[in-house]
Amino acid sequence: MTTTAIPPSPELRAKRGSSALRTAAFMSPWLIGFSVFFAYPLVSTVYFSFTKYDGFRPPVFNGLDNWSYVFADLPMFWPAMRNTLWLVLVMVACRVAFGLGIGLLITKIKLGTGVFRTLFYLPYLAPPVAATLAFVFLLNPGTGPVNTLLEAVGLPAPGWFTDPAWSKPALTALAVWGVGDLMVIFMASLLDVPREQYEAAELDGAGPLARFRHITLPNISPIILFAVVTGVIQAMQFYTQPLVAGKVASGVMGGSGQQFEPGYPEKSTLTLPQVIYNVGFQRFDYGTACVVALVLFALSMAFTALLMRRRGGLIEAGD
Amino acid sequence: MSQTITRAERTPDPTASGPSRSARAVRTARRRAVLHWIAVHSLGVAAALFFVLPFVFLFLTSVMSDQQALTRDLWPRSWEWGNYAKVWDTPGFLTWWRNTLLYAGLGTVLTVVSSVPVAYALAKFRFRGRRLSLLLVIAMMMLPPQVVVIPMYLFWAKQLDLSGTLWPLIIPMAFGDAFSIFLLRQFLLTIPDEYLDAAKVDGCGELRTLLRVVLPMAKPGIAAVALFQFFAAWNDYFGPQIYASDNPAAWTLSYGLESFKGAHHTNWNLTMAATVLVMAPVIVLFFFAQKAFVEGVTLTGVKG
Repeated sequence: MTTTAIPPSPELRAKRGSSALRTAAFMSPWLIGFSVFFAYPLVSTVYFSFTKYDGFRPPVFNGLDNWSYVFADLPMFWPAMRNTLWLVLVMVACRVAFGLGIGLLITKIKLGTGVFRTLFYLPYLAPPVAATLAFVFLLNPGTGPVNTLLEAVGLPAPGWFTDPAWSKPALTALAVWGVGDLMVIFMASLLDVPREQYEAAELDGAGPLARFRHITLPNISPIILFAVVTGVIQAMQFYTQPLVAGKVASGVMGGSGQQFEPGYPEKSTLTLPQVIYNVGFQRFDYGTACVVALVLFALSMAFTALLMRRRGGLIEAGD
Repeated sequence: MSQTITRAERTPDPTASGPSRSARAVRTARRRAVLHWIAVHSLGVAAALFFVLPFVFLFLTSVMSDQQALTRDLWPRSWEWGNYAKVWDTPGFLTWWRNTLLYAGLGTVLTVVSSVPVAYALAKFRFRGRRLSLLLVIAMMMLPPQVVVIPMYLFWAKQLDLSGTLWPLIIPMAFGDAFSIFLLRQFLLTIPDEYLDAAKVDGCGELRTLLRVVLPMAKPGIAAVALFQFFAAWNDYFGPQIYASDNPAAWTLSYGLESFKGAHHTNWNLTMAATVLVMAPVIVLFFFAQKAFVEGVTLTGVKG
C-alpha cells in the first residue's frame, strides 16, 4: 500500500471540508428528495389531519374531530393497534430467535456450508405477494399440503388464514420462513466474536450453554437489539402479506373496483397501513386517514430514535 | 453432565496417568465430536427442509392438472407443463413484465446515480450538519411509505395528473433513496481516506476523485444497492396499488399476480405456475450475485 506513505496533510483535510457549495452540490439530489418527498408531505399530513377533506372539495378545518373519531369511534383502529402489538411481540420474537438459531447452526455446519446458506437465504428473496400466495395455498385448511401432512401424523389441522385465532400465527410462519436477512447478519456477527474468549472460557471449564450466555450473547447483543428494533418497525408497516393473505383466503378477487373489507378473518390481520389505505383511498376520508398515518409515524419514529441515540445508539453517526 | 465430560477432555487429569486412560479419553472425545457433527448436520437438514419444502410443493402443484390441484395429492399424476404456457399467454401478463422491468430497471439506475454523490458526501466530507443529515436519512429510511402517501397521491394524481402510470414511483428515484444512501455510506466508510488524499495530491478535484478513485473501489457496494433497489421495485405492491390500480395496462407483476388468483379462482395450479414465474428471475439473479447480496445485508446490520 503505497498510498499510506503519503504524509497526512492538514491543509488538505481542511480544504476538503471547506466548500459549503460543493457539499451542497453533492447533497442536492437528496436535499430535493427530502423536501419534496418527506418534509412537504409530512407537513401536509399534519395539516390534513385537522380538516375534513375528500380530495374533491377543498379541505375544511374541523379541529380535533378526526382525532377523536379515530381514537373513540373508528371501528378498525384498535383492532389494528392490538394486532400490531401482537406482531411486535410474537412475530418479531420468533424471527429474531429463529434467525439467531439458524445463524448459530450455519456457523457449526462443516459440510456444504454454501449450499445450506443458500437454501436458508432463498425464501427471503421471494416476492411478498408470491410468497403469501404460496403460503395461503400451502396452509389451505381443506387441501393444503401442510394440513395433509399434519393429519397424516395425527396432529390437529388448524384453519390458518381462515381462522382468526390462527391467521396471525400463519403470517408469523411466513415471516419466519423469510428470515434469511437476519441469518446473514447474525452469522457475520457470530464469526466476529474473538475466538480467544471461547478458548479461555473452555479452559475455565465453561460448557456450551455457559459459553453462549457469557461470551456469545454479550458480544452480539448490539446486533440482537438492531434486529429487534428494525423488526418492530417492519411489523408496524406490515402491509402486503396480511392484505394479500386476507384477500386470497376470503376469496375476494383482486384488481380494481373490488371493495375488500380488510383484516379477514374478523379483523384479525388488520394493520395500521391497511386502515390508512381503506379510510383514505376507499372511503375518501383523507383527513381521518392522515390521523392514522401520524399515529404510525409517531410509533415508527419512537423506535427509530432508539437506533439513532447519541450514546448507545445502534448506528454510528460520526461527528 | 456434559460439562464434566468437557472438562475431562480439556484439562489433564492428574490421577489419569496410564496410557489406557488417556486413550479412552481420546476415544470419548472423538465419539462426542462425531455425535456433535451428526446432530448439527441433522438439524441443518431439518431446517433446510423447512426452507425448501414450500418451494417444492409450489412447483409440484404448478404442474398438476386442474382437477388434481383441487385434491390433497402431493405428487402430480401427469406433468402438465402446458400450465406455464397458459400463464404466459394470459392477457396482460407480458405487459406486467414490461412494466416491472421498466420500474425496476429505470428506478435502479436513477437511484444509483442520485444516491452515490450523497453517500460520498456523508461518508467523506466534513461539514456542519453532517450528523443531522445522516439522522434525517435514517429517519426517512425508517418512514413507512403509508405515512406520507395521501399528500403524495394528491400531488401526483391531482396536480400532475400522472395517475394510472408508474411515473410517480420512478421519478422520486432520481432524488436519492434513503436506504441506498445509507448502505452506500456504510460501504464508503470502509475505503481509507488515504486513497482520496492521494488523488488530491495528484490534482484530482472532488468529482474526479469520486468518479476515478472511489467508484471503482465501491463496485461491490453499488452492486448491493442496485440489487436491493431492483428487488424492492420488483416486489413492490403498495406503490402500484396506489398509482396504477385503476389502469391494468400499468400493472406490475407483483400487483397483477394477486389478480391472477382472482381470474383463476380455483385454479391453484395456474396460480402457482404464475407464482413460480414471478419468483424465478429473483432467484436466478441471486445465483449470479450472491456475494453482493450477502455483503449488502451485512453492511446494513453490522458495520455501524
